[in-house]
Amino acid sequence: MSIMEYNGGAVLAMVGKNCVAIASDLRFGVQAQTLSTNFSKVFPISSKCFLGLSGLATDILTLHQKLVFKNNLYKLREEREMSPRVFANMVASTLYEKRFGPFFSEPVIAGLEGPENKPYITAMDLLGAPVDAHDFVMSGTCTPAMYGMCETLYRPNLEPDDLFETISQCLLAAFDRDAITGWGAVVHILTPTGVISRKLKGRQD
Amino acid sequence: MDSYYDFSLTTFSPSGKLVQIEYALQAVSDGATALGIKAKNGVVIATEKKLPPLMDSSSIQKVSLLTPNIGMVYAGMGPDTRVLVKKGRKKAEAYFRQYKDPITSIGIVKELASVMQEFTQSGGVRPFGVSLLIAGYDKTTGPALYQVDPSGSYFGWKATAVGKNMVNAKTFLEKRYNEDIELEDAIHIAILTLKEGFEGQMSEHNIEIGIIRSSDGQFQVLTPAMVKDYLEVLG
Repeated sequence: MSIMEYNGGAVLAMVGKNCVAIASDLRFGVQAQTLSTNFSKVFPISSKCFLGLSGLATDILTLHQKLVFKNNLYKLREEREMSPRVFANMVASTLYEKRFGPFFSEPVIAGLEGPENKPYITAMDLLGAPVDAHDFVMSGTCTPAMYGMCETLYRPNLEPDDLFETISQCLLAAFDRDAITGWGAVVHILTPTGVISRKLKGRQD
Repeated sequence: MDSYYDFSLTTFSPSGKLVQIEYALQAVSDGATALGIKAKNGVVIATEKKLPPLMDSSSIQKVSLLTPNIGMVYAGMGPDTRVLVKKGRKKAEAYFRQYKDPITSIGIVKELASVMQEFTQSGGVRPFGVSLLIAGYDKTTGPALYQVDPSGSYFGWKATAVGKNMVNAKTFLEKRYNEDIELEDAIHIAILTLKEGFEGQMSEHNIEIGIIRSSDGQFQVLTPAMVKDYLEVLG
């Protein structure tokens, strides 16, 4: 048994035309037993930056609290919001601080960068090694299935509504190939004008 | 009576002062004049560098770089400044390591001010005998000029001077400053202001100038050759 597979779950982010999407499943469980179907793994950091965390649920919660803490202090000190790229680097530093006793969580960050609202996504492993991509990033227990779906369905420069459809199909199909992800999904679409969040109901098994 | 309370840094005098800070400010007032002017498209900082005739002026640098886009000059005790420059550079680099984003001018000012304040409230140390003028350029907020005092107070300025001739220099600057000046004008005004209180002949070897342009955001200390060009223009 791997500690990263104890709770199960998955997060996916995708780049569209002047927008980004970030989504996760809603399952919270302990090995085979599902305990909640309302556990979103995507958290807003600002209106232009969202954080998704997969892996061990307790570390998802603690990491989220720590990062919100750091972000709040930054906002008070600097009197400005953290840009997604800067937030991502802070997450990577935070994870690496625990290099020899890490948080068992692999983050995905999606946001709109700078005054031009340029789409930005990145993901990293539990030690904070980041990977920037221009199309999609993901983490969780069904990443192979998600990779397959994204490689097939993804096209660049999708409008927000089309991006929503695409990311939703990728998610739902991938979840069905993994016993410990699923039980619904939440999808957030970030655009310069605002965030649209939708819940998906897939197979409830 | 105040002088009875100058033995311990951490003790207030009856008049509500920390005398060591007052004395530190005195050390600053005895130091060579330093000034800074914020222009529409950049910042200039400058100082006198009056040295004995046999001293190698190129071995002494009063204007220092803290980050690629923030520089500083001081009035007061040179060795104290070196400590602050070292600490400031480290803090700026640590910030960059965490955020992969350069520290803002006000960010480094707050850090240095915090260090200077610590030395007014700790055991066994004395305040820094320097006032700093920090000049920087931030992508989001543009040109910046700040002063940090031995007490740890900091102020943002459009134009200011510290050190020996600060009162006359500030009066001079007030007359000549306006919000729309370009960096080149500001450099000329800086040189003229230094000249006002300068004893003897000013040359490229006894003044130091640092500038930062909005166009590239890079702080640079002008070489003696560049300073000479500016001096020649002014005649």
